Parts: sequence; structure tokens; C-alpha cells
Amino acid sequence: MIRQTVHFLDSRTGAVPFMRKSLRYIFPDHWSFLLGEIALYAFIVLVGTGVYLTLFFEPSFAETTYTGSYKPMQGLTMSEAYRSALDLSFDVTSGLLMRQAHHWASNIFVAAIVLHLLRVFFTGGFRKPRELTWALGLMMLFASLLEGYLGYSMIDDLLSGIGLAIGYGVVLSVPVVGADLALGLWGGPFPGDAAWESRMYVAHVFLLPILIGILMAAHLALVASRHHAQFKSAKRATERKLVGMPAYPAQVPRSIGLLFATAALIFLLGGLVQINPIWQWGPFEVAQGTNGAQPDWYLGWLIGSLRLVPGFDVTIADYNLIPNPFWGGALFPIIVMAVLGAWPWLERRFGGDSHSHNILDRPRDVPVRTAFGVAFFTWVALIFIAGSADRATVFFGLDYEAQVIFFRVAVIVIPLVAFFTTRRICRELKRSEEIGFDQERAEEEAEEEEEAQEAEREKEAAPA
Amino acid sequence: MTTSPDGEPESRDIVAAGPESPRSEVTVAALLVGAAVSAIAFIGVYSVEKFSTQHELMGLTLAASFAFVAAALILLGERVLPSEEVAEDYPEVAAPQEEEEVAKVMEESAAGITRKRLLVGAGGTAGGAIGLAALTPALSLGPWFEVAPLYRTPWRAGRRLVDDEGKPYKAEEIEQETFYTAFPEGSSHRNLGASIVVVRVDPAALMLPPERAGWAPEGILAFSKICPHAACAVALYRKPTYGPTQPGPALVCPCHYSTFDPGKGGEVLFGPAGRPLPQLPLTVDAAGEMRAGGNFSDAIGPSWWGIDMEQPH
Repeated sequence: MIRQTVHFLDSRTGAVPFMRKSLRYIFPDHWSFLLGEIALYAFIVLVGTGVYLTLFFEPSFAETTYTGSYKPMQGLTMSEAYRSALDLSFDVTSGLLMRQAHHWASNIFVAAIVLHLLRVFFTGGFRKPRELTWALGLMMLFASLLEGYLGYSMIDDLLSGIGLAIGYGVVLSVPVVGADLALGLWGGPFPGDAAWESRMYVAHVFLLPILIGILMAAHLALVASRHHAQFKSAKRATERKLVGMPAYPAQVPRSIGLLFATAALIFLLGGLVQINPIWQWGPFEVAQGTNGAQPDWYLGWLIGSLRLVPGFDVTIADYNLIPNPFWGGALFPIIVMAVLGAWPWLERRFGGDSHSHNILDRPRDVPVRTAFGVAFFTWVALIFIAGSADRATVFFGLDYEAQVIFFRVAVIVIPLVAFFTTRRICRELKRSEEIGFDQERAEEEAEEEEEAQEAEREKEAAPA
Repeated sequence: MTTSPDGEPESRDIVAAGPESPRSEVTVAALLVGAAVSAIAFIGVYSVEKFSTQHELMGLTLAASFAFVAAALILLGERVLPSEEVAEDYPEVAAPQEEEEVAKVMEESAAGITRKRLLVGAGGTAGGAIGLAALTPALSLGPWFEVAPLYRTPWRAGRRLVDDEGKPYKAEEIEQETFYTAFPEGSSHRNLGASIVVVRVDPAALMLPPERAGWAPEGILAFSKICPHAACAVALYRKPTYGPTQPGPALVCPCHYSTFDPGKGGEVLFGPAGRPLPQLPLTVDAAGEMRAGGNFSDAIGPSWWGIDMEQPH
């Protein structure tokens, strides 16, 4: 039966030699290699739940009066978009589960990508021949941030509108073309033309998912073509020899098991842990603001950067050239992306290493990269934490302005400290290992000498 | 692709023998049955009439079903199926011969061309022009290059201030230590230039610029409600509870905490805003109702490259 099916496939498609290779594709065994897989599986859940949501969501700014089953909102004027999202939550059986699972999946998706990125960075997995895989991954991360932002923006609740207002302010602040870009995207001044809702929708459910899907396919094709890099954990593993478990039968059940485990976690959270309770925000109105509504975690670094920049615009007489949101909202993420994107080339150029690498580094073995990485991600993380300074004010009573001033200094000082401390730690760790080696070698030598002496003594003793 | 360690005969089984574990097989089967039971439970919870914890139970049963499958598959991989460690050579990083051949195909194909630069130039021109033509329809997306709508506000001298239900504000209703949102009578609330915040401060504490004398009758001030930083609504009002020991009253944007001093004409006290909150001149008419005394002091809303900040329209 198996043979017949394989023969049928082979003679009709010619794909069996490829299948033969794929079945025995080798996966090195290390837990940190699963982070990318978790992102892939969260994406699958996102597509599945997302398709379900599109069957109910109506992307329209058209005004309507709410008559659904959520009593506090009955009689309220709102957009069809918000009305249908509320109906999805209250009147479609399993609608709320799907919406919350979708939202949780997006948070897990981005989190897994970020952790995966950190793993690849600190182990040098981006080095030749895998620079393009790294670049594709970065593009995927930034496409996913935009995708997530549009996802909660198109619901047209108050949180959506506030997020979009900020996005509008940032787009408007782009030098030279900002106003045209904003007017073109929104179809007019904020809150935009009725078509803006359709534009967000088509981007969220079609353009960006397809883009992310294509990037993901190319990313995985490159991984498979160059094969996984590996840690020097097995003795046989070398730069030329890959050691691991074959795709089938060893990896497939484990990996599909991980898919189900990821889905289980997402639906557990979607069922039991409330996320983005849109009925608490109310419909968006330009004149409304709210204190305490937080965006998804993965935009926290941009909130932080927008808040930390001191208040100044670049102006000439009465004319504004570069408005303030540009620094925190546009330049900062561009710098982060550019530094990460350029890093493999920077390291090759200034590290003087243009060889191919299949063995991953331990962070301590490359003190400068590790120190730079720790400093850089500390910088981003501090700005991220600064974005929740207002929460710290609410929960711990810390003075907001004092916190902002502290962070303005901290984002410069702490990364520098982190750089030198990390470099020192890496070097010390390496040295202590070397001392360990030396000691072992010395002990071995001493032992050998002792044995030799003993043998000699025995030899001397023997004739007697 | 060789998966067998060097030196072993080719005829050997491809997959190494797995761990024989009949007990694990039973456990895997039991877990799969658990998955089926949970999935059926999900269908059951879905099917019954609406009840208060239905959504939680649906999530729980579905998650349980997936978790059972996950456990079954991982156990299958760990205890039932063979998971041998194998090794193979990494693929060669480059194929020099093919590289050379590709380069040759490209070079030799173009070898007979005598006017290469002409062709490349013409091709580039055609590509560029077609690219521009393809982008041209994007101009219909919005009023590109027309920034006039960004300046527009519905405020004119004499326009009455009304609340969100259209009721005119009277000067006597405006109290200290709180703030009011007002709109121009008969105008859409969606325009960024429409909403304003109205506050009353002690007239003695006013420090308005001299050209704004008379903009704040009885100490009542009005400002655009849209933050000139990033278009959020300035929805917080800081009022000192303990007089002089605390900083004075301030309008605060909840998005990035730009803080504006109403008494000084909207000057930035703290936060990222690069310019003051635009102020609207006010008058009180004979009936005691609040009216605009003109348009804003500055352009409203967030700024852009080349905005004339002194020019509301």
C-alpha cells in the first residue's frame, strides 16, 4: 500500500527524490531552535482564527445604532466596524473565543519572533552563509508589528482611534513627504475618509499576511537549503558535519506536538484570560481620550520613545520642518531595524571574518558582539520600560516627570555600563575556562610523570 | 544523501530500531482518546443554550483537546518511534562550476550587442516611465500635495460653543478646577479642528501674551483639544489640590503626557510636544453664552514638514 502510493506519486509528480531528502533532513537538537517553530505555529493559528473573524467583521465607518445584547451600549451611535466586532464578541457563539485567541496568538507570534531573533543574534547564527535568512526574518518582524497594529486599529473603538491618531501624527512628521503620505493613506485629514477603513482591512487580512507568508516561505527555504547551524554539543558535530535527528520519524511528531501545544496555550488564554475588552473602550471619537488603555506589548518600545524625546520641533521662523514624533515614532524604529539589518555585514567588515560558519558561537566566545548586543537590547528594553512609566505612576505612585527625566539619562548611561560589564564578564568566563583547561592539562601531565617515575622505579626494582 | 555512518554496509535498514515500549503505545492511545473526548465536549458546550461560562468552557475544552494531542505526539516521538542521532555533510556553500557557467551564459548572450549603453538606457527609461505610470493611479488615494484641509478649522468669530449634545455653554456654568469639551455650533465633531477644551482659572493668575489680551473673559480659556504632538485628545486636567505647594493647573495629553499651561496661553510645561496648544479667543455675548472671538492662535493638530504654525484657516 505504502509502496503503491509512493510509486503513484513518483511517476506522476517526480517528487519522490525530494521527499526522500526531506524525510531525512537533519534537525540539530536544542530547545532554542524551537522558538522560530513556535512563531510559525502561532502564525498558523492566526490565519485560522483570522479567517473565521473575517466571516463576521464588517469593515465600515458607516454609522449605526447598537442594538446587540451588551446592555450598557444599547442605543449608542457607532460604526458598523465596531458594532460587528461587539456582535462577534457577544452574539456569535465562539466568536469571543476566536477573537481573543487571535489576539493572544498575535502577542505570542511577535514574542516568539523576538526571542528567536535574540537567540540567532547572540549565537552568531546570522553569519555567512545565513545573512539573507536573517534579513528576511527582520522584515517579517517589522511586517508583523504593522500587521498587529492594523488588526486592533480597524475595530474602531476608542483604543483603535487613539493608536491611529498617533500613527497619523508620526506619518505626518516624516520629513518632506509626511503630509502627502498621511493625506494619501488616510484619504484626507484624520480621522480619514470612509475608504481608510477598507484600506486598513485589506492590508490586515490580505496584503500583509501574504507578505509575511512569502517572507516566511523564503526564510524556511533558505534555512533548508543551507541546513540548520548547530551548537558544538555532539562530538561529531563540526563545521562540515551536521549532527541531529532526521525529520521523519524523529522530528515530525515532536514538531506537530509543538504545534498542538502552541494552539492549546493560545486557546487556553483565549478562553480564560481577557484581552482587549473592546466593550470597555467605547466607540472612537476624535475629541475623546482615555488614560490607561494600553496598546499591545510589542508597540511599547514606540510609546516609550515617543514619550522620552524632549519637547522640540526643528523649525525655521514660523515654519516647522521636523516635528517631534519623527524622532521617537519613525527614526527610532528605523535605527533599530537598520542596526540589526546591517549587523552581519558590520561584523564581517570590522570583525575581519568572511568565512562560512555552521557551528554556533557561545555568547562568551565573542565578547564584543555579545557586549554590543546586550547594550543594544538594553537600550531598546529601557525605552520599552519607559513606555510604562505612567503605569508605574498609577500603581506605585512614582512621580511621572521624574521617571521620564531618569530614563532620558538611563537610556544613555545604562547601555554603556552594560557594554563594558558584559565584555568583562565574557572575557573572565573565557579566561576561567582557559585556566581550567591549563589546570587539567597540568594535572594530567603531573600524573603521567608520576606514572613514568613509578614505572622507572619498578624497572629498577625488577632486576633485584 | 548518506545517513548511515561511514563504513557501514548500504543494505542496512535506513531507520534505526526504536525503543520497544508497548506501555507507551497504550499511553499514547489513551491520550488520543482524551483528545477526542475533549473535542466532543467542546462540541457539546458549543451546542447547548447560552450560559455565563460558556466561552471559558469552550476555550478550556478546545485547549485540552489540543494539549492531549500534543502530549500524545511528543510521547510518540520520545518513547515509541525511533529517534536516532544521524549525521551528514553540510551542503557545499558554493558550486563554482555552475557559477562560472551562469556568468558565461549572461556574458556570451550579450557578446554580440554593439550598442549596449543605448539599449540599457532605453530599457531603463521604459522601465522608469512604466513604473511612474503604474504609480500614478495612487494619486487618487487622497488629496496629495493639498495641505489646505490640514489647516482648516470650523471656528470663526461669533460661533457659539456647544456641548456634545448641542446645548450652548453659558459663561456662568464654567467652573474652576474642572474642564469642559466644547464644539462649534452646527459642525461635525470629527474634524480635528472642531473640539476644544474650556477651563476657568483665577483671572489674577493669567499670564497671557500681550496680543492675546481679552481672549479670556472672566479667566475662561479655550484651547484646541487635539494635541499638537500626535493628534490625541488632551483629555486630562491637572488641578492642584494643595494650592501653592503643587504645580499649577495644566492640560495633559494621556498618550505621551505633553503638559500645557493654560494660564500662559498653552505653553509646553513638559513632555514631547514641540509647540504650544493652540488657543481660541473667547467672548461672552449679552445672553451670557460663550462664543469664539476668532480662529485659533496657531495651526491645529500635529505638525508636518513646512507647516506654517501661525496660520489657522
